[in-house]
Amino acid sequence: MTESERSRVVKSGAIVLALTLSIFAASCKKKVPPPPPPPPVTNTPPASTSGSNRAVINSFTAEPSSIERGQSSTLRWSISNATDMSINQGIGAVQSQGERQVFPTSSTTYTLNASGPGGSDSRTVTVTVSTAPPPPPPSATGPRLSSADMLQQQAQDAFFDYDKSDVRSDARDALTRDAALLKQIFAQDPNFTVVVEGHCDERGSAEYNLALGDRRATSAKDLLVQLGVPADRMKTISYGKERPQCTDANEACWQRNRRAHLSPGQ
Amino acid sequence: MKIPVLSTSIVLTLSTLTYAQIKRDINKPGEKPAIAVPDLRGAGDAQRLMITFNSTLFSDLQNSGQLKMVPKTVYPLQVPQQPADFHPPLNGRPQGAWLTDWSGPPVNTNYLAFGYTAVQNNQIVLYGWLYDVAQPNTGSAQLIGKVYLGSLDESGVRKIAEDFGCDIVKQFGGACLSGSRIYFQSNRSGHKEIWSMNYDGSDQKQFTDYRSITDFPVVSPDGTKIAFTSYPLLPSSRAAADALQSNIQKPRENLGTPQIYVHSLETGRKLVYYNQQASMNAASDFMPDSRHLLIYSTAGGGFSQIYMTDLDGGGLHRITHSNALEVEPKVNPKTGSSMVFVSGRGGTAQIYRMNIDGTDVTRLTTGEGDAANPSWSPDGQRIAFAWTRGFEPGNYNIFIMDIATREIISQLTHGAGKNENPVWAPDGVHLVFSSTRGRSTQIYTMLADGTGVQQLTTKGNNEKPVWSKGTQ
Repeated sequence: MTESERSRVVKSGAIVLALTLSIFAASCKKKVPPPPPPPPVTNTPPASTSGSNRAVINSFTAEPSSIERGQSSTLRWSISNATDMSINQGIGAVQSQGERQVFPTSSTTYTLNASGPGGSDSRTVTVTVSTAPPPPPPSATGPRLSSADMLQQQAQDAFFDYDKSDVRSDARDALTRDAALLKQIFAQDPNFTVVVEGHCDERGSAEYNLALGDRRATSAKDLLVQLGVPADRMKTISYGKERPQCTDANEACWQRNRRAHLSPGQ
Repeated sequence: MKIPVLSTSIVLTLSTLTYAQIKRDINKPGEKPAIAVPDLRGAGDAQRLMITFNSTLFSDLQNSGQLKMVPKTVYPLQVPQQPADFHPPLNGRPQGAWLTDWSGPPVNTNYLAFGYTAVQNNQIVLYGWLYDVAQPNTGSAQLIGKVYLGSLDESGVRKIAEDFGCDIVKQFGGACLSGSRIYFQSNRSGHKEIWSMNYDGSDQKQFTDYRSITDFPVVSPDGTKIAFTSYPLLPSSRAAADALQSNIQKPRENLGTPQIYVHSLETGRKLVYYNQQASMNAASDFMPDSRHLLIYSTAGGGFSQIYMTDLDGGGLHRITHSNALEVEPKVNPKTGSSMVFVSGRGGTAQIYRMNIDGTDVTRLTTGEGDAANPSWSPDGQRIAFAWTRGFEPGNYNIFIMDIATREIISQLTHGAGKNENPVWAPDGVHLVFSSTRGRSTQIYTMLADGTGVQQLTTKGNNEKPVWSKGTQ
C-alpha cells in the first residue's frame, strides 16, 4: 500500500467513526422517553340500579395501550346481560367474553357498545401509536476494521541490507509485531490469508533480484512461522525490482525498496 | 532450382564460387577489406523499389563488421551493371569501364558489388555480382554471380538485398543475419510483454498479451520455440487490469508467483509446460537439442537453484545443491556439456562455470563487483556478460571473457548508463544489449569490439534482448 493509499484508508476510517458518533449523538438528543403507559382501564361496573337485565361492561382494556407503529395491542372485554355487543373501527359484533389483536397504524379509540333488554353500556379504550425512529444507515466498512485494512494499516515492512536476505534486528522487531498482528487477524477472520512479498532495490540484475526477493520473502515468512504464525496461512511472492516504492537513485530510496511486505492474500 | 535466363550474353553461375573464399580477421583493426557498393538500378517497374534495396544492402554490409565501406562520393561516373559493361584497355588506352577504375585511386577498393534488377513473371529479379577488382580480368575477378528472386514489393526487395548481402558477407568469413530476429521485453503497451523485431530494428511486433509482468525471453536454437517467465494474472483481476491499464497508481493486481511459459514461434500458441510447485520458476536457456530447458527455481525449497526439465516441464533434474542464490544458467551452445551461471555462493553475484551435471564448479570472474547475464559466443569459446567491476553497484558494463583462459578480452562499454544483457548474434560478430545511456532503457547492437553501436528501439523501455537465428 502506498502512502497516499494508507492515508486514504485512515481518512475513510475516521469519517465512518465520525458519522457513527454523530448519528448516535443526534438520536440521543431527539429521543424523548416514551410516556408511561396509562394504567389499564379497569372501570368498575356501576352498581346495578335497575334490575339484573341491564347490560353491563365489566371490563374493556387494551394491552399495551401504547405501541410503536407495526406493533400490535390486544383488546380484552367482559360483558354481562347483553344481547347485542359490538366494537367499532371495523371489528363488529363480539361475544360477551373475548380478546382481539389489533394493528392500528395511528392512535385509535375503540368503543365497545353493549345493549340488553334492561339497558345499554358503552366503554372506550385508546391505543396510542408512536412512530419508531428509522434504523441507522449501514456503515460503509462494517462495525470494525476489515482484516485487510488492519493488515495494510498496521503491518510493518522488514528491511534488508544490499544483496542480503538475512533478517536484521530491526526487521526482527518489525516481524515480531507483525506476528502478533497476524495472530489477532487470523483469530478474528478464519479465512484470511497473507502474501509475504519480497522486494529489491534497482541495482542488482533483474534475474538475480527475482531470486533475492524470493529469498527475502521466505526469510520473513520463516521467522513469522517461528513466532507462531501458521505457515499454511502465508504465501510468498518475489517481485524482484518490479514494484519499487520509489525510484530515486540514492540509499534512502534503495533501503525503502529492500523489504519484505505483507499484503492480503487473494 | 531452375532459373530463367533473361539475357543471352550473361553467363551466370548459379551458386557462389568458393575457390576464393577469403577469411579476414576482424579483430585486427584497419585490415578490413574495402568494398564499393554503387547504387543498383531497376529496369521498368523494379526501379520504384530500389531505394529500399540500396539502403538495405549498404547497411547490411556496413553493419556486418566484416567490411570497410568506400564512400559513394568517390565512385567513378561509369558504373557497370553487368560483366559485359567492362572493357579491358587496349594498348594502355581505356575502352570503357574497367576494374582499375575501382582498384586505383581515388576509390582504392578491394571489392565491387554491382548488378541490376528487373521484373520477371511478376517477381523482382536481381542479377548480382561481386568482383575482386585487383584481378587482371573479369573472369578471375568474379566471386559471386547469382540470380535472386523476390516478391514485387518492399518485403520482397528487402529479402533479395539481404540475401545478396548475406552471400557477400559469407565470402569474408562472416555469418548471415538475414532472417534472424531479436526477441525482447518492452513495456510500451503498459505492461511488460515479449516483442520481436528484425535485427535492424524494423518490423517491431508484440508477441505476448498477458498484461501482467512478462520477462526474460529465451529462444530455442532451432528457432521454433520461445520460453519466458511471467506472473500469471489470476482470473478475478483480469477485468480490473484492463480498466486500470494506464493508471500510474498500480491497482492491486491478483498475480500468481512467477512461472515458466513456452510458446511456439511457428503458431504463436502457448504450449503445455508444467511448472513445479514453487514460489518461483524462471526460464533461463534451451539446451542445444532444443528439447530441454535450463531453469532456476525454488522447487527444492530454500534458495533458487538450477534445474533441467523437459520441454513440458517434466523430467525435473536438479543440478546445483548450494545455500546460495543460483540463477541464469546458460549452456555452451557448441558442446552442450558445460554451462556458465550466476551465483551468490562466494558473497556477491559472480559468474561460474560447471559441467552440465553440476560437477567441477569454477568461478570465472574475480569476485569484484556484481556480475550478471552471461551469454556464450556461438563457437562456445567466449562469454559476454555484464559486470560492475570498477563502478558503483548497479552500474553494469559489458565485458568479453575467454572461457579457456578466464582472461577478459575486452570491455565494450565504459560507464555510459547501465549496460546489461549482452547476447551474441548468430554471426558471432555482433552483440545486442540494453542500455540506459539515453533517458530510458533501450536496445542497441554493436560489434563485438564495441564499435558500430546502433539503437534499435525508442518506444517505452525495452530490455532483455535475445538474438534468434530464425528457423532456416
